[in-house]
Amino acid sequence: MTTATQSQPILEMRGIGKSFPGVKALDGVDFSLYKGEVLALMGENGAGKSTLMKILSGIYSPDAGQIIMDGEEVSFPDTNTARDAGISIIHQELNLCENLSVVANVFLGRENVRTCGYINDREAEDKTRAILQSLELDIDPRVPMRNLSPAQKQMVEIAKAISQNARIIVMDEPTSSLTAAEEEEVLYGLIERLKAQDVSIIYISHKMQEIYRACNRVTVLRDGQYIGDSAVKDISEDRLVEMMVGRSFDNIYPHAPGVPDDAPVVFEAKEVHSPGVVEPSSFTVRQGEILGFAGLVGSGRTEMAKLIFGVYPLVGGSMSLNGESIDASSCSAAINHGIAFVPEDRKLEGLSLDHSITDNISASNYTQVSVRGVLKKKSVREMVDQGIARLRIKTPGGHVSARALSGGNQQKIILARWLSRKPKMIILDEPTRGIDVGAKAEIYAIMRELAAAGVAIIMISSDLPEVLGMSDRVAVMREKRLVAILDRREATQESIMTHAAGGSKHA
Amino acid sequence: MPEVTKSLDAADSPSFKNGWSALHILILLIAVGLFAVCDVMQYQNYTDGWVFLSAGNILNILNQVSTNAIIAFGMTLTIVITGIDLSVGSVVALSGVVLCTLFVDYGVSLPACIGVVVAMGLGIGLLNGFIIAWFKIPAFVATLVSMIVIRGAALLIVDGVPIFNDDDTFLFLGNGLVAWTVPVPVVVMILVAVVYFYLTKFTIWGRRIYALGGNEEAALLAGVNVFRTKLLVFALCSVGAAVAGIILASRLGSGQPNAGDGYELDAITACVVGGTNMNGGYGTIVGTMAGAVLIGLINNGMNLLDISPYWQLIMKGCIILAAVIIDCNANATRTR
Repeated sequence: MTTATQSQPILEMRGIGKSFPGVKALDGVDFSLYKGEVLALMGENGAGKSTLMKILSGIYSPDAGQIIMDGEEVSFPDTNTARDAGISIIHQELNLCENLSVVANVFLGRENVRTCGYINDREAEDKTRAILQSLELDIDPRVPMRNLSPAQKQMVEIAKAISQNARIIVMDEPTSSLTAAEEEEVLYGLIERLKAQDVSIIYISHKMQEIYRACNRVTVLRDGQYIGDSAVKDISEDRLVEMMVGRSFDNIYPHAPGVPDDAPVVFEAKEVHSPGVVEPSSFTVRQGEILGFAGLVGSGRTEMAKLIFGVYPLVGGSMSLNGESIDASSCSAAINHGIAFVPEDRKLEGLSLDHSITDNISASNYTQVSVRGVLKKKSVREMVDQGIARLRIKTPGGHVSARALSGGNQQKIILARWLSRKPKMIILDEPTRGIDVGAKAEIYAIMRELAAAGVAIIMISSDLPEVLGMSDRVAVMREKRLVAILDRREATQESIMTHAAGGSKHA
Repeated sequence: MPEVTKSLDAADSPSFKNGWSALHILILLIAVGLFAVCDVMQYQNYTDGWVFLSAGNILNILNQVSTNAIIAFGMTLTIVITGIDLSVGSVVALSGVVLCTLFVDYGVSLPACIGVVVAMGLGIGLLNGFIIAWFKIPAFVATLVSMIVIRGAALLIVDGVPIFNDDDTFLFLGNGLVAWTVPVPVVVMILVAVVYFYLTKFTIWGRRIYALGGNEEAALLAGVNVFRTKLLVFALCSVGAAVAGIILASRLGSGQPNAGDGYELDAITACVVGGTNMNGGYGTIVGTMAGAVLIGLINNGMNLLDISPYWQLIMKGCIILAAVIIDCNANATRTR
């Protein structure tokens, strides 16, 4: 199953084992990387990917196994040795100083120092410029970091790695810091140029599309064990998921029973608009229906959700819930009408990470569990326990801080918060972003359960397979306007993209 | 007033933030306005020339702001690394008290006294930095503690009573003139400013300080010794406070255990007016100098105008608020 064309791997890790108190994070993992290839390292959260990469970069030392570079056994007692050996990691959250210039960032910690601590930046500037040019990047090395776009910042991180003569670059979910599809294309272009310079890349991602777009080969880990590897072109998506999760998923999307034509309309938006945010658009959501919202980044999907939720003022048009006209002039009004909103960035907009699960679930429900302003501990506990059980949140108890949980479980906390209010409609914005496959399947199942229980659901997603797999109907937005509503039967990747990009007769 | 115009020139420098120009146009306007008003009024009242604009008055203003500026330079760096140093006022008092006690009661020579006081400042700063960096205690809390403890120590040493010192050489430090024109404190302030300017602009230590303020995690991963850098910043700040303490004691002709009360707030004000971002990462020595001078200008101008000191406080507060609002809005556009 391996690519046999190349002779000797640049990097080999053999029988790597690592235990933490109570957990065996890695158990005899084998791993190899060839010169100039892009290797996808896949696995669910907790599969051991990051532990393996931390061993490679000298943050952890392995309990067992060997690391072999260029045929010779090496060891990385600390991060500097690994860096000197040519290994660089681009972390998911970029580690840059926004207040310093590009050069200062690239050479941070490795400044060319003369007498009296004087920094000579000229040479560093020339080197940085040369590297940026070799990567065909148009960035002035003297500008402050804060003036760059997220994609450019990531490019600078990569330039930094190159300046350290990196031969192996680990990219940990590199697209998660990017905001637009075009930026991803720039990244893929850069990866191609790095390959041409014989740099090997270990690419960690949950997104199948990216794996197929950017990688040559894939290695899968599960529960700290090596499961297998394959050339990307030889393996199907279903097979990859199966390797990661350990059981076969014919379809990670639960069966959709379909919405009867006479199902009552729960939510109706008529020509709703808010200048500069959402142009006049109309749609309905029926009982038990999941309405998917597709569109390019910036097409106004999140804005539409926030308009419904009262974040943006409704300037024209009307909305009704169960036939009654509602006025969502503020978020609290929307909540009181029975609308729930699960935001895109759960860490930023959804959760208070350092607070406990209990606090996070009860955050917007205090009125239900208090009497005349005094919280009733017992009611709080009941509500939280109910939420944890219903959503199958994996935690020893409600006292655990939200930060300690995986992305999937964090998302469930937010869902639990809303469900304890018994909402009539839930808007989910990118509900499975950054969540591993197993947890995705659970979130999907929960969404279906809710729909079956009669809750109307709006799901915004940039993941087209997800939109197609989950939606009963698909609403497509383009340029701040809802341009089409496609039935489950007529919705395909092509039809959605045609409407989203405006290439059809609707343009 | 060369400082303010210099600060405007610096707007082109890449390490300055965008909010700089708007803020300092305001500062310039206030300064020019004060000049105009004061000079017109002074010219009408007296016949001996332009008081406010005279070289004598400018040096007078610089002399008045010198101790605050010396402290504020160090304060700027503590704020840049998202910290703060509240203990500076107490260090000022302790320095004066220790110096005068050693000199008067123990007959230690003046240079030795100065050496001991500066070393003491260094020690206090290192201790502050150690507590903050090692135990990961917020700088606000750690230096609040040392502010209280050091004030107590100053009061304890002299039993709450000022200790007088009328030695001529000692008095020269705070009251003397270099070349018969420039007050010694102004010379010291300029020297300290130059050192800080060089440090922040051109050296690896300055680079590390700003890197730390911009993103501590990134600095750590890039191999910057975060612990040592924090020690350096707090040590510098306390040494500055000790130097200011010596100057103040000389001016007062005594070591006063209650001296320097509220100096930490004056220094923070100079930083904020000078464009230092309280969230860390941004702040310059030139800006802080301009901030300190502006506050001095306002005080001096209002004194010359015979404005009641009570009104002066109210007006000063309003001017600071205006400066910060302009600065914050500029920051908001920057991070749009």
